[in-house]
Amino acid sequence: MTKIVDLPEGEFVLSGNRACAGCSLGIGLRAITKALDGQMVMTVPASCLTVLGGMYPVSSVTVPWINVAFASTAAAATGVAAGLRAMGRADGLTVLAMAGDGGTGDIGIQALSGAAERNEDFIYLCYDNEAYMNTGTQRSSHTPRGARTTTTWAGKRENPKDMPAIMEAHGIPYVASTSAVYPDDVYDKVAKARGIRGLRYIQMSTACPPGWGFDPRDTVRLGKLAVQTGLTVLYEVQNGVFGLTSASRTLAQAGRRRPVAELIAAQGRFKGMSDEDVGEIQAWIDSRWERFMAREADPAGH
Amino acid sequence: MPQPRRLVEGNEAVAEGAIAAGARFFAGYPITPSTEIAEVLSRRLPQVGGHFVQMEDEIASIGAVIGASLAGAKALTATSGPGFSLMQESIGYASMAQVPCVIVDVMRGGPSTGLPTEPSQGDVMQARWGTHGEHSIIALVPSSVAECFSLTVEAFNLSEAYRTPVILLSDATIGHMREAVALPTRDELRVAERGEPDVEPDDYDDVMSTVDNIMPRPALGSRYAVHVTGLVYDRSRGGVPSTGTPSVAEGLGLYLREKIYHHRDAIARVEELEMEDAEVAIFAYGSVARSARAAMKWARRQGVKVGLVRPITLWPFPMAAVDHMAEQVRTIIVPEMNLKQMSWEVQAAVGGRAKVVDHGRIDGKLIRPEEIQNLIRREFYYHHFEETA
Repeated sequence: MTKIVDLPEGEFVLSGNRACAGCSLGIGLRAITKALDGQMVMTVPASCLTVLGGMYPVSSVTVPWINVAFASTAAAATGVAAGLRAMGRADGLTVLAMAGDGGTGDIGIQALSGAAERNEDFIYLCYDNEAYMNTGTQRSSHTPRGARTTTTWAGKRENPKDMPAIMEAHGIPYVASTSAVYPDDVYDKVAKARGIRGLRYIQMSTACPPGWGFDPRDTVRLGKLAVQTGLTVLYEVQNGVFGLTSASRTLAQAGRRRPVAELIAAQGRFKGMSDEDVGEIQAWIDSRWERFMAREADPAGH
Repeated sequence: MPQPRRLVEGNEAVAEGAIAAGARFFAGYPITPSTEIAEVLSRRLPQVGGHFVQMEDEIASIGAVIGASLAGAKALTATSGPGFSLMQESIGYASMAQVPCVIVDVMRGGPSTGLPTEPSQGDVMQARWGTHGEHSIIALVPSSVAECFSLTVEAFNLSEAYRTPVILLSDATIGHMREAVALPTRDELRVAERGEPDVEPDDYDDVMSTVDNIMPRPALGSRYAVHVTGLVYDRSRGGVPSTGTPSVAEGLGLYLREKIYHHRDAIARVEELEMEDAEVAIFAYGSVARSARAAMKWARRQGVKVGLVRPITLWPFPMAAVDHMAEQVRTIIVPEMNLKQMSWEVQAAVGGRAKVVDHGRIDGKLIRPEEIQNLIRREFYYHHFEETA
């Protein structure tokens, strides 16, 4: 596993961007672009990432980047990858489709599912900040139960959609879940994905101070706490073989997770949740964690 | 008794208008600058026993709205340019299948992602011709917060009366503007209810619904047999698909057109100001009409005879009012936040009887009164204007 101090020096995300204070997306994007050594083409729909990328002449990224229509991230990546092959320019270049959770699990899932079924040759990275943050925090299919958004005033009632599981069901060669506040884990997964052909799906939990309701200085602490409670699980599935990684692996070995109540109490969006609801979320996390433990014990079985 | 005067945002007024009109279902997807309509309705609809659903995209949003309407509920969605484009196929379906529903498009700069936070009037032709195939449509265009409310109510009334999708064309300025208004209460409004056809289920056939007597579409789950399709259908055979008979296809197409065009003068509303003796008219709609009104008032203070024709209904095109205007004035100034979209339509209707001067802006900025004043000065080049506006 690559240590943070050993990450390559080259930077493809410039210092200073238009993202909100404390946004973890920039941390993740730095690790992603380092892992691809900047040899990449990005397709990006309307999202916070567009905002982070900035506008001329203050763009914060140095890699080729196309902003595409909301529903077409994976479709555009399909075309870019095929076009590069047709023109003989595909060698050494990775196509990275990168969209938010709404752009992936809601409006983007049709194009993504189609691309996965055809096993198109690109990496799809979903950065999951758990709502439509760019338009001011409306619920998405990735919003956790209990979270208040501007379209779920009393708290969302449904659990988040399990996109990595959906993508795994497509039988693609690589599926991973990571967190932007673990740039070493992000780097390793993208670097590994770079060496694989076909559709690779990586979901990156991306802590969001204004949307989740916490102080910008707590981004890393909150992001890590989400992993320590077992809500965010760092893992990968390569050719059907499962493995926990990084902090989630350590957590499994230690056998002790922090209660989700700590994470809930630290975020404004969960304000006013009843103990009963917190208990149900804890039970949901526990049962999910048990399934991950079973897979960790039998990595190739499923 | 009206509600107390308070500051209301245009988008909020649309949401409140929908509730007052009896809407009990909203399906939508976040998009600037329309999102507040969804946000307000996510809170308000449950309070009145209605349903709010945030969908996975705009294709799904209009699909759910059509489903809810076929079940008998008054339903709406709200979006902006990119989402409006995605909805077009289903807007055509609603037109073909005669499904009453309201689509609010809060226009922003385009094409594509364009200028998400800036106003535009670039969708006026998309509202008319965005979906494929020959069809007719009703589109209303508010130019104040009060009209965001009243025209939403009217949009529902028209959609029920003519069994058709109705489009409310707001824009980023109107939608985000706040004005002090006293919103009317339900009992101050005329609200059309869906009702049932006035014949017994066994005797009912869709062909009984004529241009002069458009019967309500029977709801799913009602006593009436319901068959709905986007294929060409035979209105005299329970509305079942029939694509092999040219006369059926033509008959349906003409009926769908005439059901609205026959009533054009009743549907197409305009506001006329200072038109009695006007020599020059400004034809302006939506947020631009506000600047046009200021320019018209300035012109009157300067002693030149300028009037304002403000279409409240853009589609069907207010032919009678434009016809009258063409007979009366020598010049018609058409300022709009697009490049000639309605100006062409005015020019075609005027047919050379008056000069049509267009003035377009597509930079996301409002057309200022001074810009229109400069056009007025040119039309009265012989008049001495005081320099102060």
